[in-house]
Amino acid sequence: MTTAIVANDLHKSYDGVEALRGVSFEVQAGEVFGLLGPNGAGKTTTVEILEGYRTRDSGEVTVLGHDPAAAPRALRERIGVVLQQSEFTPHLTVREVHRLFAGYYEHPRDVDEVVQLVGLEEKRDARVKTLSGGQKRRLDLGVALVGDPDLVFLDEPTTGFDPAARRTAWDLIRTLRSLGKTILLTTHYLDEAQQLADRVAVIQAGRIVSLGTPAELIGTAHKAEIRFEMNGEPVVVQTEDPTLTLHELTSEALANGRRLEHLEVRRPSLEDVYLDLVGGEENAE
Amino acid sequence: MLLHQLAHEQRTFWRSREAAIFIFIFPLLLYTLLGSVYSDEIEINGISVPSADILLAGLFGYGAANTAFGGLAIILVGRREVGILKRLRSTPLPPVTYIAAVLSSTLLIFALQAIALVLLGRFVFDASAPANWLGFVGAVVLGVACFAGLGVGAASLIRSAEGVSAVVNVVLLPMAFLSGSFGPREDYPGVLAAIADVLPLTYFLDIVNGVYLDGESLFADPKALGVVIAWGAAGLVIALTRFSWMPRER
Repeated sequence: MTTAIVANDLHKSYDGVEALRGVSFEVQAGEVFGLLGPNGAGKTTTVEILEGYRTRDSGEVTVLGHDPAAAPRALRERIGVVLQQSEFTPHLTVREVHRLFAGYYEHPRDVDEVVQLVGLEEKRDARVKTLSGGQKRRLDLGVALVGDPDLVFLDEPTTGFDPAARRTAWDLIRTLRSLGKTILLTTHYLDEAQQLADRVAVIQAGRIVSLGTPAELIGTAHKAEIRFEMNGEPVVVQTEDPTLTLHELTSEALANGRRLEHLEVRRPSLEDVYLDLVGGEENAE
Repeated sequence: MLLHQLAHEQRTFWRSREAAIFIFIFPLLLYTLLGSVYSDEIEINGISVPSADILLAGLFGYGAANTAFGGLAIILVGRREVGILKRLRSTPLPPVTYIAAVLSSTLLIFALQAIALVLLGRFVFDASAPANWLGFVGAVVLGVACFAGLGVGAASLIRSAEGVSAVVNVVLLPMAFLSGSFGPREDYPGVLAAIADVLPLTYFLDIVNGVYLDGESLFADPKALGVVIAWGAAGLVIALTRFSWMPRER
């Protein structure tokens, strides 16, 4: 498998404030890689360095074999970018916007095919200004795909979506994956990373604090929790082997003729792992 | 790719009613109004000139500033702030090609406006045709070049999409008034005349008057030409050092 992105020890400061303090990771071709973290953790700065919008202070970056800081045209032919916020000229139709961007690439995809892929075929002759918020995001994605990129950057693609729109967007991203695209996705939604990403890097205060598959992150970082009440006092037991621990606890209680009130066993979710990694207060915006 | 982008720029301009009215129709409307108010002859430096002619030259100058300075600043700031420029930077479209398309689109719009002004002058107000056609065409290009430089420079300094129309009009309308776009400025008090003496539009209008009324060459007044080019270059320098494709941080 080839490597699509290599980031090695990235540093970036804005006016003396360190936004990135040594970010390193690799993304393999064909992989959906999630960059997960709270607002201000450095997700967008990292992605914008990879996209060629920002320059790094130090560190090494290779995107599809190119240094994005030089933003060579050969690289821009092969990437698709969906920004956190962007709009298009309101007076153009969906097809016209796609056709405009298709004209920038040497080997664009068929415009109508892309419009259909992002589910806007019924709106293809509608002006941009008449589209709903979700439709505009799909237009955004369509424009990112019209150049038939190998690598797609999605910066918080579902922020502000209602649950139904998020599901639709997720299906779309899975479709992209099945087309063989490499996808770098930033998000502050844990379930999104868990649902879509093959691997997740958790970024916090400019550093990657954890990296692995969603299952690995859950599996390694946390033990199961057994909670119950004894004499009216809550008790929490953490264990790596909940079957054994539970057996011991219940046997002992039964032998002594007691009951474990409100007994429950919890497996950690990615959310627990994440909150543990980034600290609870950061998430309370 | 230049033609592809130019076609897009034209389509966008004419479909956007606000832009088409503010930029294209407004100078024609002002000419119609002022041409109806001012009567027959206006005396400049002791020479009588038909008011229709002097106003046509004045509004030609205003149109250049309005289209290239005002229009470009508004378009570029608007596109920058909603992320259109940022998005374009990630595509293979070369920045130079993009800027060239935007500038040729501006030139095309102003050339059409100049033709409309001359036709309106000829058939409604009985104004003269340009005495030096070649010089007149040169003035179209010179005006767009100078004010486009200033427009891109201004776009680099203006921070918000909300503020750009206000800034542009606060600069543009007093400048046009002081420079004599809306009527002769011979009787202006000293302070206003002194301000007018540094404005690019004043000198651009001198050149336009020269080629349009007197049939002079575009290069007849080297000082005026120099001042106009210097202003355009100053705008260009600001643009080259300060222009950003990225929206301002919010």
